[in-house]
Amino acid sequence: MTTATLHIGPNQAIRHGLALAGRSVIKIRKNPESLLDVTLQPIMFLLLFVYMFGGALKGSTSEYLQFLVPGLMVQNIAFASLGTGMALNADIGKGVFDRFRSMPIARSAPLVGAVLGDIVRFVITLVVLVGFAMILGFRVQTEPVRFLIAAGLMILFGLCLCWVSVWVGMLVKTPQAVPGTLLVFIFPLTFGSNVFVDSSTMPGWLRAWVDINPVTHLTEAGRGLLLGGDWTAHAGWAFVWALGIAAVFFPLALRAYRGRVG
Amino acid sequence: MSNAIEAEGLVKRFGDTVALDGVDLAVPKGKVLGVLGPNGAGKTTAVRVLATLLRADAGSARVCGFDVRTHATTVRGLIGLTGQYASLDEDLSGTENLVLIGKLLGLSRAQARVRAADLLAQFELTEAAGRAVKTYSGGMRRRADLAAGLVGRPEVLYLDEPTTGLDPHSRNEVWSTIRGLVELGVTVLLTTQYLEEADQLADLITVIDHGRVIATGTPDDLKRRTGGQTLQVRPTLARDVSTVAAILRDLTGEPHVDLETGLLTAPVDDPMLLSTLVRRLDDAGVTVDELALRLPSLDEVFLAMTGRTRTSEGSAA
Repeated sequence: MTTATLHIGPNQAIRHGLALAGRSVIKIRKNPESLLDVTLQPIMFLLLFVYMFGGALKGSTSEYLQFLVPGLMVQNIAFASLGTGMALNADIGKGVFDRFRSMPIARSAPLVGAVLGDIVRFVITLVVLVGFAMILGFRVQTEPVRFLIAAGLMILFGLCLCWVSVWVGMLVKTPQAVPGTLLVFIFPLTFGSNVFVDSSTMPGWLRAWVDINPVTHLTEAGRGLLLGGDWTAHAGWAFVWALGIAAVFFPLALRAYRGRVG
Repeated sequence: MSNAIEAEGLVKRFGDTVALDGVDLAVPKGKVLGVLGPNGAGKTTAVRVLATLLRADAGSARVCGFDVRTHATTVRGLIGLTGQYASLDEDLSGTENLVLIGKLLGLSRAQARVRAADLLAQFELTEAAGRAVKTYSGGMRRRADLAAGLVGRPEVLYLDEPTTGLDPHSRNEVWSTIRGLVELGVTVLLTTQYLEEADQLADLITVIDHGRVIATGTPDDLKRRTGGQTLQVRPTLARDVSTVAAILRDLTGEPHVDLETGLLTAPVDDPMLLSTLVRRLDDAGVTVDELALRLPSLDEVFLAMTGRTRTSEGSAA
């Protein structure tokens, strides 16, 4: 019997990734506890910042709520990306990964599948955040399509940021080490931004970082899209950042994966 | 091309440990090779190299003529893997696992569902198809693993210790499943620490110890190589024991007599003795319940070849 040699093209690789994303979604459905972080965190952040700091920062909690929500959307997406590396780190030691690797599928497919599956987590965290914010009095001041553009941009950014998480997840020994390591990235990214306060009161060196931080650009774009105002330039910068992060960390993650599993 | 699997001089080191120390293997198409060895002999490492999961430090291996290193993807399209390592997603149901594998192998959702249902029925898992795999019993899991390895209709199947840890009933189930696969023409490489398993299933046996092949041949070859055969005679009447003993003493040497069971055993090296014995028993008017020429067990083979008994738990060596 003759068998033609097999090669995997990009289309097939995408199909393999999507099939494995389906696996992630099934696992989320069967294990709703894995969603505790992306459902409780946005609520806690909203309550903490709006009622504790809101009055002091903006004079009124309702005004601060409007200011805060677009940035909190970005921040929660960034925190949700921690889960990707943790889940993969736990998953990779299981026998099912050997099965995937013994099949004629793209090498990257299990990683791509895990990242794409996290779209579900991103959507849930955004729905919980914006839904709870609306109960507290938040209102989108523009048309719904602009809200969808904002959400889409933020999810795209999250998908790119996931590759940092995957990379770290492939390097550390235990899942617990993933958030500890990653917070070194995530903290300056989310808190070193204009999510919570205007950068105008910050010292110059900090402002220099805050002004180029992709989270700042994404937050500004979000404010423009949700509250009205110009957003395209900031969205453009955020987009470039997202692609840049993916371009650097996707190959790094893949290399770390190969190094780990042989 | 008559060999479905060929490997020459496979070497694999993990730090200071030499897992494979120049292993040669060959499995003719449609045959079952039993790779037999104790824990840590290198069996699983060999399977992982042949399944493209691990790169050998030296040597080469081909599956259906395709090099596992340079044509890994093609090889992956030809093989099915089941055993200690490759397994299923515990959180997913049997159906979900098999449908996922089918989709990864290029089936449409509908095709994958049909294939999954067929395989689950074949392995008598239809009732458990919707349950998470983590709720399956040991025997069900192995059958589900086997089913998963067959979704892609592999030409070559690796079974890495498929019955380790199973109770005898589940083990027999898995054995009959494997026999069924062989009838379909699948080439099988089976690793096992159970000598009986290799004897039951394999056309050829390669014995591995400390990363080296110490013997290769058919089960009968190996047994013969270990030494002579054993003659077993059980007279119908207990009073004939002494008569039979006298005949055996005359033909072969002092027999061992088990008075409890009335079974006499004696070592022989000439199989032709059997017909002489039958004639002598006839002449003496002795009828027998049991008369057999038995090859030594594979346990005895393994002991003779490695100079030690198996270290594993389970049946005594």
